[in-house]
Amino acid sequence: MVLNWKIGGLLLGLVFFLAVALVKPIGVSTQFVILDGVAWNAVDSSVVTQTEEGYTSTNAYLDKSSGKYAKAVANPLNYSFLFVLAMALGGFASVMLRGGLERGERQMPQLWRTNFGGSTLTRYAVAFVGGFIVLYGARLAGGCTSGHMMSGMMQTALSGYIFAAGAFAAAIPTAMLLFRQEA
Amino acid sequence: MEILLAIVIGTAFGFVLDRIGAANPTWIGRMLSLTNLHLMKTILLAIGTGSVLMFGGQMLGLVDVGHMSVKAAYVGVFIGGLLLGFGWALSGYCPGTAVVGAGAGRKDALAFIAGGLLGAAAYMATYPGWKASGILNDIAGGKVTLGTVPGSSYEGLTAIPGDLLGLLLGAAFIVVAFVLPERLSGQGRAVPAE
Repeated sequence: MVLNWKIGGLLLGLVFFLAVALVKPIGVSTQFVILDGVAWNAVDSSVVTQTEEGYTSTNAYLDKSSGKYAKAVANPLNYSFLFVLAMALGGFASVMLRGGLERGERQMPQLWRTNFGGSTLTRYAVAFVGGFIVLYGARLAGGCTSGHMMSGMMQTALSGYIFAAGAFAAAIPTAMLLFRQEA
Repeated sequence: MEILLAIVIGTAFGFVLDRIGAANPTWIGRMLSLTNLHLMKTILLAIGTGSVLMFGGQMLGLVDVGHMSVKAAYVGVFIGGLLLGFGWALSGYCPGTAVVGAGAGRKDALAFIAGGLLGAAAYMATYPGWKASGILNDIAGGKVTLGTVPGSSYEGLTAIPGDLLGLLLGAAFIVVAFVLPERLSGQGRAVPAE
């Protein structure tokens, strides 16, 4: 079962606070671009090149903001990238300590099964398409739920509020149409 | 030192996201269909807590204002938010919670990550078109906070002292977390408050 919201909210808020107090606000979606860049650069090493001032890329997106992303692609063992890898470790540790995840949940979440049946192929296909749309949108927006919504609104950033308005304006009607059956 | 902090804070973040249900698409779907707002209350309390601690810490001189990192406002933030919201409701994952879900052994989270890597690559390929369209150009000052935070390099949308406003908005998020009902939609069986 999930943590009571008063405890869970305090703990999550504490993590966001510690991140900004000790290093910088939490963000995730940029690292999908960095991993793409690392893979691409491994296949074609001309994608990112080191210059006297830093790093540059043949890809306009990796090259933006004075090659900030190009630099991370060249040095993936940086704070932001390792942070996201560590998140998977945290999820693993949490699940193990609460006795593991049942087989059915490993395949698909209960709410999906209740509304759309047990086809794993359908569920994986929808998750794949969803992932494509989410990351395309997150990169267009310049951040995701972590960076824009949580870290952004916490810092009173105008962009965080604009992002949250867009995200919930689309997410709530979509979910209400999709999940007619409660689970 | 930074590497160690990345591992410690990242692990803690993943651990807590799993424990509050954010990495379980069932809880995301319940929240977004407004049938169980338990996770919404958790998130609102978290934003409020983070805000109060950060701005409170700044006012006491304990937290470095220079650690703030404010993202730019532009029309694409809203359009990208709409896209993300649609995909979030459809899949039940956002980028961070999919990573946590995959770590927790959810196979559909791996499918999401694969799609996400392709989506991010598609954005890398189409970025020049968005850039040329002007949709990425700053609006309302770009990287701005709602008030003007003392000692911050970011401009304020208003002249209201930003740390005080941050404290008040943080408190407002906490109040909303408390007054928000457990559900806003659906009549089904009563859902226990966990």
